[in-house]
Amino acid sequence: MFTSTMFASILPEILILIIGMLVLVVEPFWKEEKRRNVGWLTAGGLLAAMLISLLFAQPSEPTATLGGMVRFDWLGFFFKLLFMFAGAATALLLMDNEKVGHRGEAYLLLLASLLGMNLMASSANLVMLYLAIETTSIPLYILSGFMLNDAKSTEAGFKYLLFGALTSTVMLYGFSLIFGFTGTTDIYQLAGMLKTGTLSAIGAFGVLALILVGVGFKVSIVPFHFWAPDVYEGAPTPVSGFLSTASKAAGFAVLIRLFFVAFPDYASSWTAVLAVISAITMTVGNLLTLQQTNIKRLLAYSSVAHAGYTMIGAVALSQLGAASVVFYLAAYIATNLLAFGIVMAFSRVTGLEDIKDYAGMSRRSPWLGLMMLAAFLSLAGMPPFGGFVAKVFVFAAGVQAGYTWLVIIGIINSIIGVYYYLNVMKFVYLYRMPEQDEENHPVQLTRPYAIALTVLVLGVILIGTMFAPWFTWSNAAALNLF
Amino acid sequence: MNFPVLSVITFTPIVAAMIILLLPAQRKNEARAVALAAACFALLLSLWVYIQYLTGHMTGYQFTEEYKWLPQLGISLKFGVDGISAPLVLLTGVVMFTGVLISWGNDDPHVMAGIQDRPREFFAFLFILASGVFGVFVSLDLFMLFFFYEIAVFPMYLLIAIWGWVQTREYAAMKLTLYLFLGSVVSLVGALVMYWQAYQNTGILSFDMIALEKAGFSQTFQNIWFLPVFLGFAILGGIWPFHNWSPDGHVAAPTAVSMFHAGVLMKLGAFAALRVGIMLLPQGAQTWSWLIMLFAGVAVVYGAYIAFVQVDLKYMIGFSSVSHMGLVMLGFSTLNQQGLTGAGVQMFSHGIMTALFFAITGMVYDRSHTRQIPELGGMSKIMPFAAIGFIIGGLVSMGMPGFSGFVAEFPIFMGVWGSRWLVAVIASISIIITAAYIMRNIRQVFFGDVPEKLVGHVGDVTALDKVAIVTLCLLMIGIGLFPGVMVPMVQTGVENILRLLGGA
Repeated sequence: MFTSTMFASILPEILILIIGMLVLVVEPFWKEEKRRNVGWLTAGGLLAAMLISLLFAQPSEPTATLGGMVRFDWLGFFFKLLFMFAGAATALLLMDNEKVGHRGEAYLLLLASLLGMNLMASSANLVMLYLAIETTSIPLYILSGFMLNDAKSTEAGFKYLLFGALTSTVMLYGFSLIFGFTGTTDIYQLAGMLKTGTLSAIGAFGVLALILVGVGFKVSIVPFHFWAPDVYEGAPTPVSGFLSTASKAAGFAVLIRLFFVAFPDYASSWTAVLAVISAITMTVGNLLTLQQTNIKRLLAYSSVAHAGYTMIGAVALSQLGAASVVFYLAAYIATNLLAFGIVMAFSRVTGLEDIKDYAGMSRRSPWLGLMMLAAFLSLAGMPPFGGFVAKVFVFAAGVQAGYTWLVIIGIINSIIGVYYYLNVMKFVYLYRMPEQDEENHPVQLTRPYAIALTVLVLGVILIGTMFAPWFTWSNAAALNLF
Repeated sequence: MNFPVLSVITFTPIVAAMIILLLPAQRKNEARAVALAAACFALLLSLWVYIQYLTGHMTGYQFTEEYKWLPQLGISLKFGVDGISAPLVLLTGVVMFTGVLISWGNDDPHVMAGIQDRPREFFAFLFILASGVFGVFVSLDLFMLFFFYEIAVFPMYLLIAIWGWVQTREYAAMKLTLYLFLGSVVSLVGALVMYWQAYQNTGILSFDMIALEKAGFSQTFQNIWFLPVFLGFAILGGIWPFHNWSPDGHVAAPTAVSMFHAGVLMKLGAFAALRVGIMLLPQGAQTWSWLIMLFAGVAVVYGAYIAFVQVDLKYMIGFSSVSHMGLVMLGFSTLNQQGLTGAGVQMFSHGIMTALFFAITGMVYDRSHTRQIPELGGMSKIMPFAAIGFIIGGLVSMGMPGFSGFVAEFPIFMGVWGSRWLVAVIASISIIITAAYIMRNIRQVFFGDVPEKLVGHVGDVTALDKVAIVTLCLLMIGIGLFPGVMVPMVQTGVENILRLLGGA
């Protein structure tokens, strides 16, 4: 009954579960002041899980396992690796956040949410998918509102919960309609049943729109982005970083699997819709970013814009397009986690989160300044950082598919992006603190930050220069869609 | 020849930048020493490449290296130089070397010369930029060309914004970056379109420019895409009417960055416009050459005239750069042998000349704290070396025989005459205007009496500055007296372009 393929297909999830149980068991025995070490356990465990999965659970031929609930393929596997990497980095960044990271529950919630994401990336059945999405979301609602005494954090948690519950219900309605039309919930069987003509155009469009509401909320595209700035601002910073990277990537994993696999026959209608949404998302995200004064809100709106860029790859509906989406997400996860990590490291020392508070930052801590430069230039799409290559691939896919107009909107937007990212760097490098005594206000990094940020910055540079292996993996993932 | 000399040249600066960043912040002199060592190394290697190319009577692409970077998409790290890019590699080496000398700085609070504030970061960013510039000149792969091109663009923002002239640096740095980024992404779209079109035509997925030359783009396709691609790059070449970022950037930038900016970066734009615009889309170039000629002709005359009315020394040189780069573009637009050869030499000659101008302007400004031409005077008594350098630069700028400017400008005008004689007549007005403003400035700034408020606290240039001035001057005179060391070499590169144009 229980074959080794089955086991391998959910090995990462099993390992995450084991780490979670370890956290639960170990945490009460540690003294209160030592509980932050759960972070080491979580991060180390996740890295070990990545390694073990890479060694023993690499997929070969795409197969359906566990009664068709889970698809065992590179698409899911690569995303799982990305999620676990993001989770490990987030665990390290949480450690010195006193209100959150000194309590074991935070790590457990993180792991639970990771478990959900992993299943999101690999589920091949609508029921499984819905469960996975909820498993991902609920721990994140709690994590966003983790700082109970902080009004903004509570607001963030509650807002995220309300939006999340609403959109996932709408999506569930879409799922139930699909079941009603076809009598199956298996994504791979749907493709055969939803041939053109079996569903009226309006019916198909309605179903897709309903599903898009749920997915759009996860990846925060316009008009489902309203929660993002408030939640990112209020939530503990490492959680915001996790939300804006792993959670968004999980949304995209669902989006490309669902739309590419289950609705290829309706491609002409949904690519047109997605193209328009992508253009609007980029433009609105960037224009709103221009006015931000809080660094977390800036990153939140810019992450909306990045969802728009990523979407160009999905719109292209080609193998290169899907590969470029996956590649873009890999680069974006490393970059944005780095950006949020720096914001976290900075506000831990200073307690400040406005852009103007970053004045003189490069004199206070030259290395942190350089890392921030790397992160922001990568977000702006400059080489030799990951963001550049990712953008070129996405644009190349767009041009190949004939969406030159969308690519042109994309490049106009990336110019706006350059403007506001460099604007932040102006504070970091050019402006000075009021007393011009930066030497007396160093921004010290604790060890977990130093490790996490170094790994992330190396990742951003590696993705941007040695992009062949990453692209090969992204391509292997994309191959499973066609 | 197995030694990968071009990749060593390209990556030397960036490796040096990493080493400099790893030094402790207080060790300013060590940072400078590493910078100088790396600059010397890169200069010697680029000189070696140049001499090999020259004495070996080589043609076509030489010193080629190729590493498969992403075979699925046909991206490879492919380097090589031809007769046009070899002088530019040498130019970059020279400007990098002299730029480091000029920025050395000293701890005398009265002089303010060079870079005092965070030299470590300064040299690191400058060298990242230098790597990008080398990379563009030697890349034979379109993707890598863009990669290095963007690397050359973004450090400019920081270099200008942090170490620039306080009054305009934020504005100028942002304006420059956005202009250049706009240009490069417009070209990028064009490049991606070419890439897919070539795939459709030939079935080979490749960014290799030599392969793209043979892709057989249709006339309509070339007509549509030539202008965005050419103009996108030409923005960095300072082409009118997109030149307006350039004087602002020159003025706001610190001395070494102005040298890099006017001396090398603008060549980067012109070179990329030539290599990607004209060489990959030759028929498009033929269709639109009248428009490029119009823009360039306006730039030549208008730039010279605006330079003439400036009272700020640096703005004057900035606009004279627009005028001289206009000559380069004018040479391109002729699409004939004389014009293109002249443009190739002019890129080198103007790079050296304008680097010298900015270096000397920087020396004057650092000591007198003013760049207003009427407030200066008699500098030849205080800094004779700088005065001689400026005069030589001025003679080059006017196109005097015996200097590199003549070797470059004469063929350009010949080429334009052969193409559209009226443009040649109009453009030649600029020679008179240039002579007028250069001579007026030499008299006002370097001769006459020293103004009273400058007496006493303005000192001579340092020994390092003198080395820089001598290096630059010797190159200009050398090419002026012995055109044979450069012109035949550029001609081999031009032959290749003409073949592409003729094969159309």
